[in-house]
Amino acid sequence: MTDLADAPNARDVDRVVIRFAGDSGDGMQLTGDRFTSASALFGNDLATLPEFPAEIRAPAGTLAGVSAFQVQISSEPISTPGDEPTVLVAMNPAALMSDLNRLAAGGTIIANDDAFEERNLEKAGYVDNPFEDGSLDGYTLIRVPMTRLTREVCEPLGVKPRDAERSKNFFALGLVSWMYTRPTEPTLEWIAQKFAGRDAVIAANTAAFKAGHAYGETAELGSHVVSIAPASLPPGEYTNINGNTALSWGLIAASVQAGLPLFLGSYPITPASDILHELAKHKNFGVRTFQAEDEIAAVSAAIGAAYGGHLAITTTSGPGVALKGEAIGLAVSMELPLVIVDIQRGGPSTGLPTKTEASDLLMAMYGRHGESPMPVVAAHSPAQCFDAAIEACRIALEYKTPVMLLSDGYLANSSEPWLLPDVDSLPAIDVSYATEPNQTNEDGEPVFWPFARDEKLVRPWAVPGTPGLMHRVGGLEKSDGPGNVSYDPANHGRMTDIRAERIDRIADDLPDVVVEGSPGAKVCLVGWGSTWGAIRGAMRRLTADGLDVAHIHIQHLHPFPNGLGEALRSFDRVIVPELNKGQLVKLLRAEFLVDAQGVNKVMGQPFTAAELESIVRQTLSEMEG
Amino acid sequence: MTDVETTTTRKDWATDQEVRWCPGCGDYSILTAMQLMMPELGVSREDTVFISGIGCAARFPYYMNTYGIHSIHGRAPAFATGLAVARPDLSIWVVGGDGDMLSIGGNHLIHALRRNVNVNILLFNNMIYGLTKGQYSPTSEVGKITKSSPYGSLDQPFNAVSVAIGAEASFVARTHDMDRKHMQEMFRRAWEHPGASLVEVYQNCNVFNDGAFDTISKRANRDSMLINLTHGEPIKFGADAERGVVMDGGDAVIVDVADVGEDALVVHDERRPNPAVSFALSRLAAGPTEPTPIGVFRAVERGEYASANSAQLASAQEQAGPGDLAALLRSNPTWTA
Repeated sequence: MTDLADAPNARDVDRVVIRFAGDSGDGMQLTGDRFTSASALFGNDLATLPEFPAEIRAPAGTLAGVSAFQVQISSEPISTPGDEPTVLVAMNPAALMSDLNRLAAGGTIIANDDAFEERNLEKAGYVDNPFEDGSLDGYTLIRVPMTRLTREVCEPLGVKPRDAERSKNFFALGLVSWMYTRPTEPTLEWIAQKFAGRDAVIAANTAAFKAGHAYGETAELGSHVVSIAPASLPPGEYTNINGNTALSWGLIAASVQAGLPLFLGSYPITPASDILHELAKHKNFGVRTFQAEDEIAAVSAAIGAAYGGHLAITTTSGPGVALKGEAIGLAVSMELPLVIVDIQRGGPSTGLPTKTEASDLLMAMYGRHGESPMPVVAAHSPAQCFDAAIEACRIALEYKTPVMLLSDGYLANSSEPWLLPDVDSLPAIDVSYATEPNQTNEDGEPVFWPFARDEKLVRPWAVPGTPGLMHRVGGLEKSDGPGNVSYDPANHGRMTDIRAERIDRIADDLPDVVVEGSPGAKVCLVGWGSTWGAIRGAMRRLTADGLDVAHIHIQHLHPFPNGLGEALRSFDRVIVPELNKGQLVKLLRAEFLVDAQGVNKVMGQPFTAAELESIVRQTLSEMEG
Repeated sequence: MTDVETTTTRKDWATDQEVRWCPGCGDYSILTAMQLMMPELGVSREDTVFISGIGCAARFPYYMNTYGIHSIHGRAPAFATGLAVARPDLSIWVVGGDGDMLSIGGNHLIHALRRNVNVNILLFNNMIYGLTKGQYSPTSEVGKITKSSPYGSLDQPFNAVSVAIGAEASFVARTHDMDRKHMQEMFRRAWEHPGASLVEVYQNCNVFNDGAFDTISKRANRDSMLINLTHGEPIKFGADAERGVVMDGGDAVIVDVADVGEDALVVHDERRPNPAVSFALSRLAAGPTEPTPIGVFRAVERGEYASANSAQLASAQEQAGPGDLAALLRSNPTWTA
């Protein structure tokens, strides 16, 4: 087989957005993932959006069972999985029915012709065959009998027809790889590795992939061949990474940087479980993973480990944070380092477990009883989850406080190329245990006060096993200094103030607010978390058109970076796009008395750059009008 | 452990904090038993941690001059599990009441027991809610009249020992607050046991449930009402050891020794792998108004969780070598731009 990565007759384009859609059992996530990997190794910039139902296997062929994977590959730097796909691979009628409305006008549909038979059409809700009723007239339709061709190519290998059919996603992958001039070796190598020991499966998948690849040529689809040149990314070594993996590795890196063992207490929950899976693999780093009996036990165990001197983490999603609230309040009271990772998903209640949303910000800020302030850090791109995890751990350890780290379902599962950092350049995390008494009692004897504080109002971390520093901590209010149980009203007031003050002061050690784009702009987009990609995309298009727009992305949501208020007041309009009903905008308005305006989307989907671009254009024209 | 610490006294294990239980509370005698026993173990104070939840019993850590966490309601076994996994070198005690351990924290208790984490769990059972001022608890008898059950409670109570045996516990014992020596013996046995140990301590709440255990624990009643379980010995009780326990079709039954003969009595075997007989013994008394077994019901050796976890870490390091961050970041395919 020729590798057509450099096909001379291919049409060059800057970017393409492909959406693979099929039944949950069709292997669309794997197909998309493989296509992405090949593109990454080829050197394109890319961003992905996996979308799958909460059901493991909804009834085959139904709309509920449609699983899709969207990827944008580009020769230019990009930050989103694309506004709308230009190519839709539809493995069955349900996939076409559910995802056609996303396809760009004039886009290409590659359909598995064999699946478009009466029963499947009926299950998807089609009255007439869309291939025949003219409803696809505005699109380029490529019908390919993928199931039959896969079966045929597998037959000589002795693979049973039913087993052979399961390889049809590799046929689709082969065809699309040919059309987009992807290198084939990475996929073939991956098949051999992934299915090692299952020779029949390797043979069937390889045959199907090669058949799909060859099909393009023999079926004279040459006019569709497109090539996307490698992107000119900053030089260095790259890997393709999703948010949950980056976050897991960030936690491990923080443990290495701090010189402390990592302890994870977790209870499986979508879309956070992959962090537990990933960390459980790395016991050779001294990582202890504890799958608890419930969310409360998970955070409680982590706090126990923190008391014992470990870098303690608990990972979950919104429903889990709600359950952990009381224990997090205890960590606030005990002033122990702890990182709570919230991979946000659609809510309330079970909501949309596999879809993204960023509606836990106010819970992260205020979702505990009593006055219980804690730092909140948000990750903003899949790869940046690595840095965000280190930052959350650094704050927790250096300031002896629980920290909420927010990510979301989109960042968790989406991937992008990551310029690998030099591990020697990672931030140092300065942490030590108390080893000596820190006070002298009336009799002149050295004693240990667990709530004596340093100049940053941070208390000492004395871990069990240290002679002479035995002390008791707990949820009851403690006396300022000695740390004994205290019901004194003035002491409670003072301790409440200190708990707030010590978190507020962290801002003095953080970078001041950063304004990107035009500092003199009239309009500023203020974002947090995963809206970063769409805001960046919109900014690129607006500035390319010569429009003045600024962008502030807030990584530290509590405390806010110094200078944020002044920066916000310098703009005529502040627009705050959020995947919630307006949570950051409330905080900004309350904190800084600015007339910030929210733009909100709560549909289980990230913003597209086009949506934000249009909002800004509309605002600018209103301002002119 | 240092030489100095092996010669501590009760005073060394007590904090300077004023003990704030109601005068006459059974908790005082449990605290005394603990403070008297600790110096005998030869463990140092800095290597010892007491962890509690919420309730009267949960104030216990404030009075022990060790490391300690007064945590949140019901969760002490979970905090202790995390600490034990992180720090298998420590000696960890969990203290809680019947509400803390069997109601709000029932889930954590059973999971700590089944995992067999090396913690010693003391369950102070007074069959009432004390700190919230007198509601019925998950061990209160059916029909209990309290503020929250003026017409009598409807809930079938838990039998703590039965629950623990059912939860795969490897060590289960029962003692009571009127017998310091027996408490000390049970605490010591719990500490010696490698794995999770549950010791139920019948404890009098003289304010909200006074005399709940008088029928069995008053000195005059003990001979006839307390059945001492001793490993390897036939189970007998009574002033003249005239009564005993036999197994009858899966049930443990109290008999007169004269009727059945000494050889028919159950010889207590706390190490029996099958928990059925221990469980049957736990069902002998429906409550502390009938002859009630005390002592060690079950003490079997089973893999301990935290050390098994440490072993996994060690073997992972042996196989994969110590963690290499730069290599980790390159563990998926990479390319150079």
